[in-house]
Amino acid sequence: MRNMNLFSNPRAKWLGVALIAIALIGLPFALASAGTAWVRIANLAILFVFLSLGLNIVVGFAGLLDLGYIAFYAVGAYAYALLASPHFALHLPFWVILPIGALVACLFGVLLGAPTLKLRGDYLAIVTLGFGEIVRIFLNNLSQPVNITNGPQGISRIDPFSFGSFSFSRSETLLGIAFSGPIKYYYILLALLLLAIVVNLRLQHSRIGRAWEAIREDETAARAMGINTTRIKLLAFAMGASFGGIAGGMFAAIQGFISPESFVLVESVMVLSMVVLGGMGNIWGVVLGAVLLSFVPELLRYTVEPLQKSLFGRSIVEPEVIRMLLFGLALVLMMLYRPAGLLPSAVRKRELAKPDEGAAA
Amino acid sequence: MSSALLECAGLDKRFGGVLALAEVGFSIRRGEIYGLIGPNGAGKTTLFNTLTGIYPCDAGGFTFAGAPLAGLRPDQIAARGIARTFQNIRLFGNLSALDNVMIGRHVRTRAGVFGAMLRTRATLEEELQIERRALELLGYVGIAARANDVSRQLPYGDQRRLEIARALATEPQLLALDEPAAGMNATETLELKKLLQRVRADGTTILLIEHDMKLVMGLCDRVLVLDYGRRIAEGPPREVQRDPRVIEAYLGAA
Repeated sequence: MRNMNLFSNPRAKWLGVALIAIALIGLPFALASAGTAWVRIANLAILFVFLSLGLNIVVGFAGLLDLGYIAFYAVGAYAYALLASPHFALHLPFWVILPIGALVACLFGVLLGAPTLKLRGDYLAIVTLGFGEIVRIFLNNLSQPVNITNGPQGISRIDPFSFGSFSFSRSETLLGIAFSGPIKYYYILLALLLLAIVVNLRLQHSRIGRAWEAIREDETAARAMGINTTRIKLLAFAMGASFGGIAGGMFAAIQGFISPESFVLVESVMVLSMVVLGGMGNIWGVVLGAVLLSFVPELLRYTVEPLQKSLFGRSIVEPEVIRMLLFGLALVLMMLYRPAGLLPSAVRKRELAKPDEGAAA
Repeated sequence: MSSALLECAGLDKRFGGVLALAEVGFSIRRGEIYGLIGPNGAGKTTLFNTLTGIYPCDAGGFTFAGAPLAGLRPDQIAARGIARTFQNIRLFGNLSALDNVMIGRHVRTRAGVFGAMLRTRATLEEELQIERRALELLGYVGIAARANDVSRQLPYGDQRRLEIARALATEPQLLALDEPAAGMNATETLELKKLLQRVRADGTTILLIEHDMKLVMGLCDRVLVLDYGRRIAEGPPREVQRDPRVIEAYLGAA
């Protein structure tokens, strides 16, 4: 609410909401005119927003640094792939598997959380980093003696989302408008994302959300106030992991193919960057961070080469290099000018401000 | 006077080779204000930390309202009805005063993850109650106007009051205060005294560590004096004040 005073006038607020809704509904068609690839990019961006929201619960709300978050994405993706592909000849519907994926990831969250609860800061970060790698390596090697994950070859021909004969992977014409597969996915992902945002907002402003904040601020005081820190921290890991699991399931369905290579450390770092760039602890900030970091690299990919060709007649610096350079530059600029993120939460901003700026005494 | 609320017997606490508390024993009656004094390093805060479950004790222990506290975690002890404040104020500094007190309600409320996600009627009602009670408590300690201020930026005296409000939010039977008047001026101390008398009159027993002797003498029904982790005197303030061992502990042997 604090960051919403822009819309203090209710009419302006509803107008704003309506405009955003129209933009979001129209977006895939605008993107499709630039190529279906852009719709796919938008879909991946939504998945990353989903992931960032999940990680934000752990890092932003409860203040537990997790560098292996992508493991839960992997768990969700593999749960989906194993239950809806020819690999085990299982073909459960997606609305059954997504909750299962969330549950399995939640279980892994507790599995990671339980032994690491006593760790804080750097130590926790290192253990979670190890956990992420362990999960990936397991996925890579669980092809023998019993072939569960099919090893580095990954699992292919994963079922798309479908309701009976309505499949999300086919193109279709409804009411005279052509809906391509990715566009259909866009809408269902967007719907799930809105649901996730509502859940996150509600969690943040609840008894549990306050307990997370209390732990982040001062664990000893939180315990003295009767907060069972063990349970509340596990809850953060479990909730964050569930979001990762659902996102993983959606990823598997959209791509139709997954392998351990999709779940490397860099992906964890990427999601964490989205959370930090946007503003840890602020849901809208996290959304912004994830959208930016999903789209900007793709924009570069499509603009850097042609730009160089037209300027110099040939390509001097590869897009990938430029991307990393800009990443580094963004990192430094952020540290200097917006250490709490682009849209910081009010609380985080205070944390990163000079320690005793306002304390009277 | 009614029966004992808190009993402590044969309490030892060791840090390596240092015996911080040695065979300490006392009992606090329901409804009294019980003072805990002693020179710096006497073990007062250590006693608080063992009482509230932050440190385990090496021998002996506490019985609270008839049940032993041994082996309980701090949050379980808070649930049993002991709330505390800290010598070096430990508020949730970046949160508002209101949020601090609302967090204090955690242990007396129930809403879980699903209640929060679904916003059930029960959850919404509980939230309203939490906020109402927190505002009440802010008014009770006299800082209602500060509800939305960031707690770290409150004046020092208000931070102390806020810590008391947060502790009261857990509905304690015993309120343990670690030097609540430290750093307060005379006016603030007088107001604190009135506040604590009101808390007691409203049915909460108080255990008080304090260096301000005027406050201790004017407020406490009985006082326990510790020196080097040992109990050296106990009784009404007037008597304790004249005890030669107490005078020696504070001023040194003649």
